[in-house]
Amino acid sequence: MALLEAHDVHAGYGPVEVLRGLDFTVEEGEVVVILGANGAGKTTTLRALSGMIATSGSFLFKGQEIVGKDPADIVRLGIAHVPQGRGTFPELSVEDNLYAGAYARNDKEIRADVESWYDAYPVLGERRTQQAGSLSGGEQQMLAVSRALMSRPELLLLDEPSLGLAPIIVKDLFAKFGELNRERGTSMLVVEQSAQLALGIANRAYVLESGSIAIEGTAEQLRNDDSIKRAYLGIEVDEAEHESHEDPADPPTDHPASPPTDHGANL
Amino acid sequence: MQLFLARVIDGLSNGAAYAAIALALVLIYKATTLINFAQGSLAMLGGFVTYVFASEQGVPIWIALFISMLLSGLLAAGLERTLIRPFDPSDHLPLVIITLGLLLGIDSIAGVIWRNDPRAFPGLFPDGDVFTWGTTTLRWYDVGVIVSVLIMVALLELLLNKTKIGLAFRAVSSNLESSRLVGIKVGQTLMFGWALAAAVGTLAAVLYISSPIRQIEPTFMLRVLIFSTAAAALGGLDSIKGALIGGLIMGLLQAFFGYLSGWSKEWSWMPEIGNELNLATAFIVLLFVLLLKPAGLFGTKGIERV
Repeated sequence: MALLEAHDVHAGYGPVEVLRGLDFTVEEGEVVVILGANGAGKTTTLRALSGMIATSGSFLFKGQEIVGKDPADIVRLGIAHVPQGRGTFPELSVEDNLYAGAYARNDKEIRADVESWYDAYPVLGERRTQQAGSLSGGEQQMLAVSRALMSRPELLLLDEPSLGLAPIIVKDLFAKFGELNRERGTSMLVVEQSAQLALGIANRAYVLESGSIAIEGTAEQLRNDDSIKRAYLGIEVDEAEHESHEDPADPPTDHPASPPTDHGANL
Repeated sequence: MQLFLARVIDGLSNGAAYAAIALALVLIYKATTLINFAQGSLAMLGGFVTYVFASEQGVPIWIALFISMLLSGLLAAGLERTLIRPFDPSDHLPLVIITLGLLLGIDSIAGVIWRNDPRAFPGLFPDGDVFTWGTTTLRWYDVGVIVSVLIMVALLELLLNKTKIGLAFRAVSSNLESSRLVGIKVGQTLMFGWALAAAVGTLAAVLYISSPIRQIEPTFMLRVLIFSTAAAALGGLDSIKGALIGGLIMGLLQAFFGYLSGWSKEWSWMPEIGNELNLATAFIVLLFVLLLKPAGLFGTKGIERV
């Protein structure tokens, strides 16, 4: 049984349906990446999963249906969500942010876990009493990820972790994700525009297009398949002027050929 | 000197009561970034319920107060659940209008039930004075109010900064969406906040009205609410300590405004300032805070997210 099975998921905002029958799975211990253009429904997928928006269809997490559950209950089942734009508590101290991350827990090891994040990211330890909003973008992303992991999730949802960060910091961050996955066995579902980096730590990937899965495969396959690369990963080159967080690994001269299908890059 | 000291005592004792209502305002503000204009009316209602139990039913005053705090907490929790929760918490205008509506509703209901005749309120603290020095008198009431409010401040500080529910409060006011994502039940947290604020408000109203020189009537909290709102703004709206200091400063300012109006009668060059005008001190303070230091003395400065 897969850790997470999505079946025929529909979700949206009011009358606008963004997800139109989504199917995918995440296996235990896997890192899965969802790629896709702006507006394809990547963020919506994660928001539907953590219960933030009205959803129909089925998300089976460890065999249990979670569609229709409250976000506060979904996190207790073992899904933690790092939202886009990090979603720290800017007015709270770094330490309170970490404790808030353990809000759903009642055990006695919370203190020790907080300390372990100070060890993992010494800069958080040095700034434990500072307001989270005063940290730099990269530090806030570390804090957001640490906070999400304070709930000891089995599945971590990461929404555009590279957004707004310098390339060197993004590289470190993804290295850290890979490490967390290997050492703790935490499964991850990553939504990312920086396709090359995300595929670097992923086992499998899905390409989302207009609210449903267009292509799926192992990270290897997606990385090496030229037509996929041009059609879906190259999309970002097209939009480089709009996206400041573009993956620098894609040289802007590598202009993509026209996609083979009408893929709606600019929904 | 004696008059000055008398004014200081007056100011601190009134200021402590303002601080107590400001605490209730701060509690709601901390969780919702909303000023609950019905806070004073809820507190007034709590005061009357205490009056009914203590004066009409003969229940000992402290027990009557405790029962009223529980009842007003339950009522506020119910109001939050039915009138506040259905609305989008990030859209403030409808919520502000609801709290204003509650203010009018509760006040008129109280007016119908208790009419506008002032009634004597039983004392919470022993009658009499700690000491008297000429015109300066320190009543047991003054000591009682100030000490009670200090204890309240200490307990609330502990609750907000050292407990899990306090962390939930602060998290909800900082980022609603992330609060849900870390597992905080936002609705329940806000309901508890409303209940706690109402209980604190009832205690504040009873502390204020049990002064030997005051009588209870349905409008008695209106003035207090105005000074308390100014006090909360001065203290920074989201700071417990700020509410205390802000309340005491407002009490002192009001007392010295009275001092000034005393002089204005003696000095012919000065236009006479009526004591009635002392409500204006609240507005002057609000104006200066908004102009010069919008975050107040101890308030959290808003931080732009990167």
